[in-house]
Amino acid sequence: MKRVSFGDKVFTIFCYFFCVLLFIVTLYPFIYTVSGSFSGNIALTRGDVWLFPVDPTLEAYKAVFNDESIWTAYGNTIWYVVVGTAIGLVLTILTAYPLSRRTFAARKPISLILAFTMFFSGGTIPLYLLVQQLGLLDTRWSIVLPGAVSVWNVILMRTFFQSLPEELIEAATIDGCSEFRILLQIVLPLSMSIIAVIILYIAVAQWNGFFSALIYLRDPTKYPLQLKLREVLIQYDTRNMENNPGAAFLDQQKQIGISVRHATIIVSILPIICVYPFLQKYFVKGVMVGAIKG
Amino acid sequence: MENQLAVTNVPFSVRFMRAWRRDKLLWLLITPGLLFVLVFAYFPMYGLVIAFQNFSPYKGIGGSTWVGFAHFQDFFQSSDFWRLIKNTVLISLYTLIFGFPIPILLAIVLNEINTKWFKRVVQTVSYLPYFISVVVVCGMIKDFLNPSTGVINHFIELLGGEPIYFLTRPEYFKPIYVISQIWQTMGWNSIIYLAAVAGIDQGLYEAATIDGASRIKMIWHITLPSILPTVSIMLIMNMGSILSVGYEKIILLYNDATLSSADVISTYVYRRGLVQAEYSFGAAVGLFQNVINFTLVVAANYIVRHLTESSLW
Repeated sequence: MKRVSFGDKVFTIFCYFFCVLLFIVTLYPFIYTVSGSFSGNIALTRGDVWLFPVDPTLEAYKAVFNDESIWTAYGNTIWYVVVGTAIGLVLTILTAYPLSRRTFAARKPISLILAFTMFFSGGTIPLYLLVQQLGLLDTRWSIVLPGAVSVWNVILMRTFFQSLPEELIEAATIDGCSEFRILLQIVLPLSMSIIAVIILYIAVAQWNGFFSALIYLRDPTKYPLQLKLREVLIQYDTRNMENNPGAAFLDQQKQIGISVRHATIIVSILPIICVYPFLQKYFVKGVMVGAIKG
Repeated sequence: MENQLAVTNVPFSVRFMRAWRRDKLLWLLITPGLLFVLVFAYFPMYGLVIAFQNFSPYKGIGGSTWVGFAHFQDFFQSSDFWRLIKNTVLISLYTLIFGFPIPILLAIVLNEINTKWFKRVVQTVSYLPYFISVVVVCGMIKDFLNPSTGVINHFIELLGGEPIYFLTRPEYFKPIYVISQIWQTMGWNSIIYLAAVAGIDQGLYEAATIDGASRIKMIWHITLPSILPTVSIMLIMNMGSILSVGYEKIILLYNDATLSSADVISTYVYRRGLVQAEYSFGAAVGLFQNVINFTLVVAANYIVRHLTESSLW
């Protein structure tokens, strides 16, 4: 048994203390929000809620479940996530595979064309005008198409493809396998972990995104959840810049209860919280694959 | 190797045809993705020419009048210019100064934890905020800081203080932005350092233990020097993006009262260019920002390459 010095003991205690502190700081806002969503509005206003629900009630959740616009937004977000992820994944695979093939003559120039877009972009306004010109404004496609190919994801996937044993692909080529079959029957079955990573990245980005919806969508029935959340969580009071005076007056009339805001937050992050612990290792894997190049 | 030598003796046209025949299917596969990039990334770059015009959507790029650098001049001479630069740089700098060391500290501390389950729980929890949307984070901020119902002001009152109108006071905006940013990203940003720490040769620690070194000595003399390359790369990359403060959180949190300390270049582009539909002026400001960003990132990448002999790409 090693002898542990006093200094080392103090240091170890400090490390545990630091971790516990971090744990509390990270988790407290969530715990408070959960408790707030189950508490009565009066208790919340008085400041009685610190850790556990006070005057427990389900009123806030009833209000959320009865608000049809939240469910419309929920449905829209699911559409954006499913369609956006499907398009994004297919395009990412199709773009990454040729770039991973060392024999592909145009590999270098195309890589350069893609990488340049990570350093320089046209910016918000030209992209907005393009979306307008293409007739995508205020359509669901404006949410899923412009960002469908993320160059970062392409690089992640290409890096992974390149790490597969070259001999496999060479052998298949010699056997007269077409590139299409190599991709489908050899490369993809070996790449399930990176595919999971990419699916998660795209899906979470779609679930959490609000800016493209904010600038491209006018029709509230197409709003994704995050834009609806913005209405409930951010614009409920009159001081926000984006509010026009008329809407502000309306908002004051139907003051949204504090507990309802908490409940809305919980309802919107519940899917992520539920799947997150199981998927976390895939996210981390993505960072690692990226780190090889970064 | 021999193959490549042989190829160079063959005429270009023959080589080209060979490559084409071999790569045909690969070209087919890459075309859709390439098309998307050309349309949604390169076409907007061409669209930047409206920064030098008085663009009108009815006349289009071809029909709008050219004004040269007029919009840039307007921007540089406007009273907003220095305020925007100052806010953008300060928010970046504060985030860097306070936010950069914490993930490194976290990675080092986590490495000292020997209780496996405890370590895993702390890691899992610390990554969680990264996956919460910016709208929800801002909603929580607004709730917590609410002057009459927020938990923070209840706490201040409990201590005998007066409630503070955090979100309408300009001096509080940057701290709120930076603290919430750190809360959201510290765990996630520690992953890369954890990987670097995990890659350190354990033999070094064993040797140090035999020599009777304390844990803190080992961190100072082994851990820190070993992860220094990663740290410096991350630092330089962060410096490269110093002028690109994201607009999303600021758009959600700022208001007329805090504009003086909250407005950054990207939010200004959004407000002038899109909300007020001054397309050309907005595009000009955006172009100014992108050119500086580009220069900084390329410079950062150049420095990193010389430090590590390995470029980003």
